[in-house]
Amino acid sequence: MNYQELIKQTALADERFVVMTAENRAVIRDLPAILGPRFIDTGITEQNMIGMAAGLALRGRIPVCHALATFLIYRAYEFVRSDVGIGKLPVKLSSWIAGFLSDGNGPTHQAIEDVALMRTIPGMTVFCPADEQDMLAMLPEIWASPYPAYVRLNTRPGVIEHAPFKTGKAEIISEGEDVTLLVYGMLFEQAYKAKEILEEQGLKVGLINMRSLKPVDEDAILKVAANSKLLVTIEDHFLTGGLYSIMAEIFLKNRTTANVLPFALNERWFRPGLLSEVLTYEGFTGAQIAAKVSEKIKEDGVAQSKPSLMTAHN
Amino acid sequence: MTSEKLKELKERALKVREHIVRLSTGGGCFTGASLSCADLIVFLYSGFLNISKERLDDPTRDYLLLSKGHDVPALYGMFVEIGWMEKSRLDNHLKSNDHIYWHPNRNVPGIEFHSGSLGHLPAVSLGIAMDCKMRGTNNRVIVITGDGELDEGSVWETLHVASAYKMNNFTLVVDRNHFQANMRTEDLIPLEPLEDKFRAFGCEVKRINGHDFEQLEETFFQLPFSNTKPSVIIADTVRGKGLPSIQERADRWFCNFTGDEVDSLLKELHGENETILTSETLIVR
Repeated sequence: MNYQELIKQTALADERFVVMTAENRAVIRDLPAILGPRFIDTGITEQNMIGMAAGLALRGRIPVCHALATFLIYRAYEFVRSDVGIGKLPVKLSSWIAGFLSDGNGPTHQAIEDVALMRTIPGMTVFCPADEQDMLAMLPEIWASPYPAYVRLNTRPGVIEHAPFKTGKAEIISEGEDVTLLVYGMLFEQAYKAKEILEEQGLKVGLINMRSLKPVDEDAILKVAANSKLLVTIEDHFLTGGLYSIMAEIFLKNRTTANVLPFALNERWFRPGLLSEVLTYEGFTGAQIAAKVSEKIKEDGVAQSKPSLMTAHN
Repeated sequence: MTSEKLKELKERALKVREHIVRLSTGGGCFTGASLSCADLIVFLYSGFLNISKERLDDPTRDYLLLSKGHDVPALYGMFVEIGWMEKSRLDNHLKSNDHIYWHPNRNVPGIEFHSGSLGHLPAVSLGIAMDCKMRGTNNRVIVITGDGELDEGSVWETLHVASAYKMNNFTLVVDRNHFQANMRTEDLIPLEPLEDKFRAFGCEVKRINGHDFEQLEETFFQLPFSNTKPSVIIADTVRGKGLPSIQERADRWFCNFTGDEVDSLLKELHGENETILTSETLIVR
């Protein structure tokens, strides 16, 4: 099973589904022949595609829209907000190469504010699967929901077998009182490596695959904040508006706080290159994350509750 | 067109214009742009569109979408005249206990989709038209845009795509009142030669007087103009049509008249003397 097979089966079983793309066919290459008129390629017209998707949804369709993340939701942002958002229409946005996955493209293609922008739209739901298997576990429920949805597509191979998905629920991989790593999207793999390294050092390490950023699993976050000495947020996103911000909002709402070490991009785009180069340069490999976390744990041991805000390379 | 039908349409249009004038106080509305498309709206809902109060959700109905949403007073007025809306609901204009405000929204039965941001509903209408085609229903999908709205690139994106998909059930109507918010279109970003532009985008185009019911009837009943192309109707109109005191005045785009002015303007609609306007001139809203 892969993304194309899933969307094909979904669309063949339910004629409400239409597959749209603004001329990005990377993961849906074989569908035109199979879906016929229910495959609509609008050419490089993202805003027009989103407006059309709203029109199709008004007629009872469930459009699944594809384009590179930055163009799908930034170029067309006002159409997503004003047509899909205000209209509360079940348009599903499948974004390609969000976050670090844009590797060598450069800042024009770096969707690292997508979670921030999408979660401000009333009724919009936001999902970031860890890998292909996670994505395939998540999509059926996301597509069946009556809400508009934004999904960071992720076709990378996984490192573990994921649990069944429920909207608004995080996947708790492990619990640990020394430190808990909270991650979403393709960085799950690096967080998983960091967990293994830290465990070898004798630490008790929790790991949470966030999966659903909106609605978010508030209970899981509050629970680890209470039970873990250090929380680490790991995201290929601006520090503003992503998981770190979401957690700050939850803590403020619940009149609590936590010792948090964020890995995110603070007020800047990342240095483009092959994905492995990007991860290393920006300090997001499992080993680099583990090193910083263990340094932080040592510092905390010396100067107990000293507040800290640290980001990779800032 | 029979003389009875023409008389009926003219009477209806006068009533719709009266509603527009009455909505132009107590906060006001976009009077000029509503008056320019009033005849078009009256014509479309007086037998042309295959739709009725009982069939607002019928998937085989014709669709009309207002992309230049600030002309919605014309639609409110027409909905009252054809019994889709209680007249008393107009008293709720700009009140928070109802949904009657400066731009259209779906809380008013008969309004297909909200607008307000220019250049959106051509794309939404194309999506609707595409579904109608997929289902093999014969709905006609008509979207009314302003002329200033044609500055928005998204309109042209949509025409480009509509043309590629040979969407003959999609019609774009331009309320060509020759003004955008603050000035004449030709004084800012000139649109002419407009027919040539639409033709270059693969559309079949007709240009008519948007206040002449006979021309409206003759033209709309020819739709689709081509079996393989989207249709475009450029309806030349006059901003503020029916009220010489605001007609084609750049500074009377958004109007918020005093009660006395409304009384006088209602008489002006019926051919009496021009009103001397003293209410504040709101160039931009």
